[in-house]
Amino acid sequence: MEWVNTLLQGLLVGGLYAMFAAGLSLIFGVMKLVNIAHGDLTVLAAYVAYSIISATGMNPLVSIIFVVPIMAGIGYVLQRALLNRTLGADILPPLLVTFGLSVIIQNGLLATYSADSHRLMAGSLETASLNLGGGVYAGALPLLQFGLAVMVIWGLHWLFYHTALGRAFRAVSDDQEVARLMGLNNKHIYGLAMALSLAIVALSGVLLAIRGNFDPSIGPSRLIFGFEAVIIGGLSSLWGTLAGGIILGLVQAIGAQIDPGYQVLAGHLAFLLVLAIRPQGLFAK
Amino acid sequence: MPEPLLAVEKLDAFYGDFQALFGISLRVDRGEVAAVIGANGAGKSTLLKSIVGWLPAQAEAVRFKGQAIGGMAAHRVVAAGIALVPEGRRLFASLSVEENLLIGGQVKRPGPWNLARVYSLFPVLAEKRLSPATSLSGGQQQMVAIGRALMSNPELLLCDELSLGLAPIIVKEIYAQMAMITAEGLAVIIVEQDIGQALKMASHICCLAVGGVALEGPATQMTREAISAAYFGA
Repeated sequence: MEWVNTLLQGLLVGGLYAMFAAGLSLIFGVMKLVNIAHGDLTVLAAYVAYSIISATGMNPLVSIIFVVPIMAGIGYVLQRALLNRTLGADILPPLLVTFGLSVIIQNGLLATYSADSHRLMAGSLETASLNLGGGVYAGALPLLQFGLAVMVIWGLHWLFYHTALGRAFRAVSDDQEVARLMGLNNKHIYGLAMALSLAIVALSGVLLAIRGNFDPSIGPSRLIFGFEAVIIGGLSSLWGTLAGGIILGLVQAIGAQIDPGYQVLAGHLAFLLVLAIRPQGLFAK
Repeated sequence: MPEPLLAVEKLDAFYGDFQALFGISLRVDRGEVAAVIGANGAGKSTLLKSIVGWLPAQAEAVRFKGQAIGGMAAHRVVAAGIALVPEGRRLFASLSVEENLLIGGQVKRPGPWNLARVYSLFPVLAEKRLSPATSLSGGQQQMVAIGRALMSNPELLLCDELSLGLAPIIVKEIYAQMAMITAEGLAVIIVEQDIGQALKMASHICCLAVGGVALEGPATQMTREAISAAYFGA
C-alpha cells in the first residue's frame, strides 16, 4: 500500500509540473521563445500572493483570483515592451534577455522580501484527505491541484482548436508574415500569448507555494522540471505535456521512495532516457 | 481625372542597402484588372510587398482611395481594403482549409464574400473543408489562398504568381475562376511571369525591368513586339 500511495502522490504532483510546463510550451509554440525566466515568474507570482495575503489575510486559494490577472497584465506588458523586441530569425536574443530577466527577478525578490523561505497556508484543506479504501489516501489539496491542472490543459487545448484566438495563435506560429496580411497584429497576439502563459504561471506558482516552501532562488530548479515535462511529452502536444509532467512526478516519487536523495536525480535520469531513446518526445505528433 | 483606387507614385524600395525599385509609378482604377509583368528579379513581387506593408515605403508613394498608406503596418493595410494572394500560396499549415478561410475573414470588412460564397466558387474546397490545408493539391491550395484573400472583402486584390508550380490545365482553370471574381468589379493587380494569362485578363499592362517601369498602358494599345522588347530589355 505504501507504493500505491507513493505513486498516487507522484501522479498528483505531476499534474502541477504539467500545468507549469504548459505555459512554457505555449510560449515556445506560438513565438519560438524559450523563456528562461519562467521558473522565476512562478516564484514572483507566489510573492505577489504572499503580499496580498499578508495585507488582507485572505486564503491563498482565494488570492488566485487576484494573482492571475496581475500576472497576466505583467505578461502582456513584458511582451509588448521588452520581449517583442528580441524576436527574430535568431533565437539567441530572447534566451539572453529572459536569462537576464531571471537574474533581475531573483535579485529583486531577494532585495524586497529577503532570502527567508515562506509557505502559503491554506488552512484545514492542507490536512484533509480522501480515503480511497484499502489504506490508500489522497490529499484533498493535491487532488484539487491535479484537477485544476487537467482543466487548464483541457482549456488550453479547447482554446487552441476551437476559438478565433487559438486560430490566430496557430496562424502566427505558422507564418507571422502572412498572419499580418490577415489583419493580425502579431505584437498584440504575442502579448496575449504571454499574458495567458503568465496566468497559468500565476496559478501554478500559488499552488506550488501552498505545497512547499519557496524563496527567491528556487525558480531555475523549477524551470528544469518544466523543460523536462515538455521534452518527455513532446513539443507541440499539450496532452503530451500533461503526460510528461505525470511521468516526471511518478519517477521522482519512485526515486524518493527508494532513497529520498534520489528524488530529483530519478527525474533527470528519466528525462535523459527519453532524450536518448525518443528525442522528439513520447507523444510528439 | 478622378482619383484612382490605387496610385503608386515614384516608389523606391530597398532590401537593406540594396535598392530593388527605382521610382515606380502605377495607377489602378476601380474595377480595373492590371497586369504587372516582367522577368525574374524585375521587382514585381517587391512592388506588391511595398503596397501591402511588408516592406517600408514612403507614405506618399502609395495612395489608396486618396489616403497615403505607404509603409503602413500590414495588418492595417488589409483592414483598409487590400488583400494579397502571396507567391507560393503560403497557407497556414496547422489550420484546416476552413480555418484558413475563416482567418482571412477575421478583419470583418463588410461585403459579398463569406464562406458559402467561396465554397460555391470552389466547390472542391467545401468537400475538403476539414482537411489540413497543406494536404491539398497545388491547384486546390491556390484556391484556398485566393479564397482566404477574398474573405477579407477587399476592394483591391493583389495576386502574386498564381501560376507558379501549377500544371497548365490547372492554371487555366484558376484564371477562369479569376474572371468570375473580377466580373463583379473587384480591382485586381495580377503579377505573372506567364504573360499569356495576364494579357488575356488585364485591361492595363505594366511591364517592369530591373526595378523600373519599362512599358505601361492600356492592353488594347500594346503589341506583342513592344511587350517582348520591354520584357527582355531590348
